[in-house]
Amino acid sequence: MTELISQYPLMAALFALVSLGAVFGALLGFASVRFKTEGNPIADQVNDILPQTQCGQCGFPGCRPYAQAIADGEAINKCPPGGEATIHALADLLDLEPIPLDAEHGEEKVTTVAYIREDECIGCTKCIQACPVDAILGAAKQMHTVIVSECTGCDLCVEPCPVDCIDMLPQEESLQSWHWQLPDPVSRAVDIIASDAEQEEAA
Amino acid sequence: MRKIFDFHGGIHPPENKDQSVQAPIRPAGIPPELIIPLSQHIGAPAETIVAVGDRVLAGQMIAEADGFVSVAKHAPSSGIVVAIEDRKIAHPSGFTAPCVVIATDGKDEWIPLHAIDDYTTLEPAELLQRIRTAGIAGMGGAGFPSAVKLSVKPETDIETLIINGTECEPYITADDILMRERADQIIDGVKVLRHLINPGETLIGVEDNKPQGLAALRAAAQGTGIDVVEFPTKYPSGGEKQLIEILTGKQVPSGGLPSQVGVVCQNLGSAVAIHDAVVHGRPLVSRITTVTGDAVSRPGNYEVLIGTPMSYLLELAGYDATRNQRLIMGGPMMGFTVPDPAVPVVKTTNCILAPTEQELPTPPPAQACIRCGMCAEACPVSLLPQQLFWFAQGKEFEKLEEHNLFDCIECGACSYACPSNIPLVQYYRASKAEILQLRKDHEKSEQSRVRFEARQERLDREDAEKEAKRAARKKAAEERARQAASADGDEAAEDPIQAAIERAKAKKAAQQTGSASEASPLEKLEQAVASTRKRLDTALSKLNEAKDTGSDLVDALQTGVDKTRAKLDKAEQALREHQASQPAIDEPAAAEDTTDPAKLAIEKAMAARAAEAQLSPAEKSRMQREKLEQRLAKARDRLATGRAAGEEDKILEALEATVIRLEEKITAAGEELSQEQS
Repeated sequence: MTELISQYPLMAALFALVSLGAVFGALLGFASVRFKTEGNPIADQVNDILPQTQCGQCGFPGCRPYAQAIADGEAINKCPPGGEATIHALADLLDLEPIPLDAEHGEEKVTTVAYIREDECIGCTKCIQACPVDAILGAAKQMHTVIVSECTGCDLCVEPCPVDCIDMLPQEESLQSWHWQLPDPVSRAVDIIASDAEQEEAA
Repeated sequence: MRKIFDFHGGIHPPENKDQSVQAPIRPAGIPPELIIPLSQHIGAPAETIVAVGDRVLAGQMIAEADGFVSVAKHAPSSGIVVAIEDRKIAHPSGFTAPCVVIATDGKDEWIPLHAIDDYTTLEPAELLQRIRTAGIAGMGGAGFPSAVKLSVKPETDIETLIINGTECEPYITADDILMRERADQIIDGVKVLRHLINPGETLIGVEDNKPQGLAALRAAAQGTGIDVVEFPTKYPSGGEKQLIEILTGKQVPSGGLPSQVGVVCQNLGSAVAIHDAVVHGRPLVSRITTVTGDAVSRPGNYEVLIGTPMSYLLELAGYDATRNQRLIMGGPMMGFTVPDPAVPVVKTTNCILAPTEQELPTPPPAQACIRCGMCAEACPVSLLPQQLFWFAQGKEFEKLEEHNLFDCIECGACSYACPSNIPLVQYYRASKAEILQLRKDHEKSEQSRVRFEARQERLDREDAEKEAKRAARKKAAEERARQAASADGDEAAEDPIQAAIERAKAKKAAQQTGSASEASPLEKLEQAVASTRKRLDTALSKLNEAKDTGSDLVDALQTGVDKTRAKLDKAEQALREHQASQPAIDEPAAAEDTTDPAKLAIEKAMAARAAEAQLSPAEKSRMQREKLEQRLAKARDRLATGRAAGEEDKILEALEATVIRLEEKITAAGEELSQEQS
């Protein structure tokens, strides 16, 4: 064996490399079949970032389809409920430049919750059919009501209501939801040292 | 002498404790009105069990704990419940919260208390129940329910019970005065805790800046086996984790609890309250509060009923509002500004600080961070405050968590040490809250996603069920046709004409059912034309044959041919019509997709939004108005049809109300429009 190798060093090296290539190629091929990823992991990750309001403002029927579209190259600035934060997170994930929110799809607003003025509700069930997360409770000719904790504030129930009894109320800040805010960015004070600021005032 | 350990960092701010320990504890008396907030602790707010107008006695429970991590509330004095309403409370937000308001009668009548002679005979669970019903929450400042903190799992081995008498924050002397005057009560309380937890050793940790308190406590602890440990003064050695490190040298793991290193910690004031609750059955209705600062002329410690308005207490202490620029609950390091002096004293109010501007000046504007690292040197938890500051500014929440933001105890040592006067703690508090909010939002969005997917699945399932039903119906029809064919088959063998008819019938049925769904209408029609033409051809050839042979069947065949020809004409016409209408057919098919109300609404909203985006404000409001008018017209129509159809009164009323409301909206929109135009 050793003699053979020393006799034909070129052939031996060639053989060794080819056989190594074949072995690792087979390994890779096997791995690609054995550990194949199901579905589209990018779309899943994008869907994880989207706010899941299912409002359709992006032009897709729900967050999942928009996530799929983003994975296929759709613009990332079509989600007003997510706003700036979502765009930044998506840009981070997909390694894109963050772009400002597309105004065509709406503006970033405070989160709202649908409220049905119950004595005016005639029980037509139209809003129930429109709700993408089944957050409205009621039956035909019975009063309907919104399960506040499930409502995403998507607005889709307002249009179908024939008696216009649904309001979108901004969520009130309560003792539980209150929290400290970042200190005011006193830009001048941060940029200029105190003695300069005094001089400026004197001037 | 016990070995004392040290923790990283720490600062030495001016103590300012002398002012408030000159006088003994003074009772604050009974104010005319007591305001008891339902949430004075960490956890769920208590639930009221009294109604407005009820007379309550001192010590009577007025709100019970709602859940495990919650604390009951008791009436601090006798009187009438005059209101259960939202009042301003001592909270940095300045928000209102539900409170029970009692107008006191000054008689201070107590409900009978259930004292017990020997608590050592009681089971720990029973003792805990007594502590729970007495409404005791940690009195050091955080207000964690004591019963929860003391419910250590039986399998955890508690080596050390630590009583926190550190009181490291400047100005506050509530615990110091308690040690000086009520050392016996403290030791009794510690004995109860020791019985409850059964630790290996019991320590009381006191800083060396309270020599009188230490001496009193040592005298009282003589011969009890309770070790009173003195250690050098440094802020914030009163933090639970810091105190544990000082006394035992053990570090509580990040995000962990003291019980993980075999330690339970309790505040000194809580020990006294627990003693009162267990031995005398007396609920927590009063506490010692330090009132201090240069804006009060009689600083000192007051025994004050929970719910006493701070303004009442301040008046006792000789408060001069003109000299005080902000009122602080708690100490200067970790306290917060009280929104209004009328807010009540709660179970966690260890100090009310009324400093003058000279004493506690408004912090000068923050300068840029110069990365001097003094904050990192001061941090008692060994964090990197300057890094956290950058990440907080840039809202890099992941990085903040990686740098252990949640281990920050918000002691304020970094802000104190910062030469640039950056309010570092505020950045951390805000970032912590933001991260928690994001977590909550993510949880909610996750829930929405699950619900959305469940709904989608349900809709798909319903569609599939409908489809399956349709298929089943079709199959049943085919089955019937086949059965009919085969049942008649036997008889047909005898009668060839009958058999042919049956065959034709079966074929026709099969065509109608089978090909109906498989072949498109166009194909079906073409087929019909072709087969009719074929039949016509055969009929014609037969007719010609009969004519040639002079058969008497000629007449019959002639009528047959005529009939077939008419049928062919009809089929051909149908085909032409179908072809003509073909392009129109595509549209309803496409429209079918949009029949889902959600999708319909989405599309409508989308279109509206797209239009809106390109409009000027004036145009927008005009559009708004037009839309409203359209809606009004729709609503009016609906009302008219409703009236005509004689619908229920309730519905008609609702419709009328809608019309009126829309009219109002239109006038409002009109006004807005005219304003904009002018």
